Amino acid sequence: MADNTASKTKNSALTGNSAMALAMKQIDPDVCAVYPITPSTTVIEEFSSYVADGAVETEFVTVESEHSAMSACIGASAAGGRAMTATSSQGLALMWEMLYIASGMRLPIIMTTVNRALAAPINIHCDHSDSMGARDSGWIQLYSETVQEAYDNLFQAVKIAEDERVLLPVMVCLDGFITSHAIEVLSLITDDEAKDFVGDYTAKHPLLDTDNPASMGALALPDTYMDFKHVQSDAIAASKEVVIEVGKEFGKRFGREYGLIDTYQLEDADVAIVILNSAAGTTRVAIDELRAKGLKVGLLKPRLFRPFPHAEMVEALKGVKAVCVLDRADSFSGFGGPLFNEVRSALYDMEDRPKIMGRIYGLGGKDYTTENAVAIYEALFDVVKTGKIDTLNDYMGS
Amino acid sequence: MATLKELAGQEELFSGGHRLCAGCGIPPIVRLVLRSAKGPVVATTATGCLEVGSTIYPYTSWKVPWMHSAFENAAATISGIESAYKALKRKGRLPVKPVSDDKDTKFIAFGGDGGTYDIGLQALSGAMERGHNFLYVCYDNGAYMNTGIQRSSATPLGSATTTSPAGSVIPGKEEYRKDITRIMVAHRSPYVAQASPHNWKDLEKKAARALEINGPTFLNVMSPCPLGWYSKPEDSIALAKLSTDTCFWPLYEVDEGVLKISYKPKEKKPIGDWLKLQGRFKHLFKPGGEEIIEKIQLDIDTNWERLLDMDGKLIF
Repeated sequence: MADNTASKTKNSALTGNSAMALAMKQIDPDVCAVYPITPSTTVIEEFSSYVADGAVETEFVTVESEHSAMSACIGASAAGGRAMTATSSQGLALMWEMLYIASGMRLPIIMTTVNRALAAPINIHCDHSDSMGARDSGWIQLYSETVQEAYDNLFQAVKIAEDERVLLPVMVCLDGFITSHAIEVLSLITDDEAKDFVGDYTAKHPLLDTDNPASMGALALPDTYMDFKHVQSDAIAASKEVVIEVGKEFGKRFGREYGLIDTYQLEDADVAIVILNSAAGTTRVAIDELRAKGLKVGLLKPRLFRPFPHAEMVEALKGVKAVCVLDRADSFSGFGGPLFNEVRSALYDMEDRPKIMGRIYGLGGKDYTTENAVAIYEALFDVVKTGKIDTLNDYMGS
Repeated sequence: MATLKELAGQEELFSGGHRLCAGCGIPPIVRLVLRSAKGPVVATTATGCLEVGSTIYPYTSWKVPWMHSAFENAAATISGIESAYKALKRKGRLPVKPVSDDKDTKFIAFGGDGGTYDIGLQALSGAMERGHNFLYVCYDNGAYMNTGIQRSSATPLGSATTTSPAGSVIPGKEEYRKDITRIMVAHRSPYVAQASPHNWKDLEKKAARALEINGPTFLNVMSPCPLGWYSKPEDSIALAKLSTDTCFWPLYEVDEGVLKISYKPKEKKPIGDWLKLQGRFKHLFKPGGEEIIEKIQLDIDTNWERLLDMDGKLIF
């Protein structure tokens, strides 16, 4: 049934990738440099149809590798254009060198990252090894539980990246196949609303300003290199405020407000799961089942992973007695996944911190079920009861 | 075509004070190419001698907008810049409005032979195939000079480098050079040429021709390197000339598919004349080296005969 209350917005059933292609069309970037890779391919396929039909004015550059895709985005962004791309897995890994250059040159490039496992063994299905491998590359990372969130995040990413206090690239992550290829009903904003929200991008020192020639990408020796990194570090730390501001503005305009983290039934929870992206949805269902039995279980889902919302995490987990952090990527440190390590570090300064354990789940597309979530909550109640964690880190389901 | 006097009076777009070596072939190549453009220019450079020698923060030699991002991607980077130009021009949002179409901004990527023949070949091939409007200039000094003279696929056969040293068993590099100029011709580029800085008129003419064409063009330019060639800085221009007089480095162009040799030496000099002035070949002048010199000479002769056969002909 049509929703008559929201006159400007319309509901539509789209896959995650279609929604991302549509958001890109509505943003109408100046340059889009792309290379196909499963499962992100349909984002660029559908965008190419918008180009072919004249629905966008974008210069569409079908490069010969992801390394060149990011290199061309870097050139286009430095030139003064708004540049976008999309990739997954090995593609993101091939971009690795250029990711650091994009952020180090302070270029507000936007990338859709459709999360997929990394080889070997080769696997096209979802996990977060790709974007977690890029977590220290200086990109802001937004994670998306649903098609709606991924769609909404892309518009916000543009505003965050181009804010003068930030000027950093942003990647919007969504789960391969689970979100990218599943059809969900979502609320769309209109083309005019999208354009008005993201605004025009005017670079302050575009390379194309031939009247005021600038040299970009110079060699910095030990006397200056660290200063560049220091200001870059300050900028990404300060971007938290901008993420909050932009999330509020988005909420004001379109009724869906976003923060740095999202919680579900966490306020009075005794035990909690911390988890990223689509698996948070599965966890919500398990929570409803357990809450119906009177068990106080909750969820914390970071939306922002870089920069990491340490303070918000501590605040949200106050009063929780035991936490399990679920990672869809291993960092091969011998001490749990990347999210586990971030959360555990964040909680260190808490007066009365919860017990915390980590589990690796869902690698290479292995299903994460409500039964898995229920089993985790049961294990957490055991920890609360005994005051002891038997196994700090482990793989779940293998 | 400007006279030398007129050229000397023109504003330099690549200033002195940079840290490239005395006798390096790169600065005259860059200066000549930059001022061959009639309108504004935006340049990129692959990581290498030119990049580290011209832009140590906060200094720069570039009086045109210039950008460096990485080693293997000068052609991909210029693709992005040129694409942004097209998009912003279409949208009426260029920071500087072009006065007329022939005053359109020109895009030039510079790379050494390592950044062009080897690690940058994929990005270059992609950009040529996509047909971006840019000129790619390779300054070919025959090895990875910036990292300390390691062999590249442009290193001549017989040359000693720090990764193909002349040892008691292996006498320097054992492989022939890759012929990147022909690879670029095979991309159906509208204009591909080889040039040398000693013949500044020819180099400038070729750069101007490449830049007036709307499409991907390529210049391969001989670039003497005293450091890597173990030659005297004051011999560089003479060595560049000798490379063409020996036909080691033929000057020719392929303009819209028609090959034209730009310089035919009246008397083709033996390759030994060029080799003997460079320390990288000194082991070839010891007993046992004659065979290698003969092999190099035979390769040069074969290649030159082939070029003469193609001279004036439509080759694709």
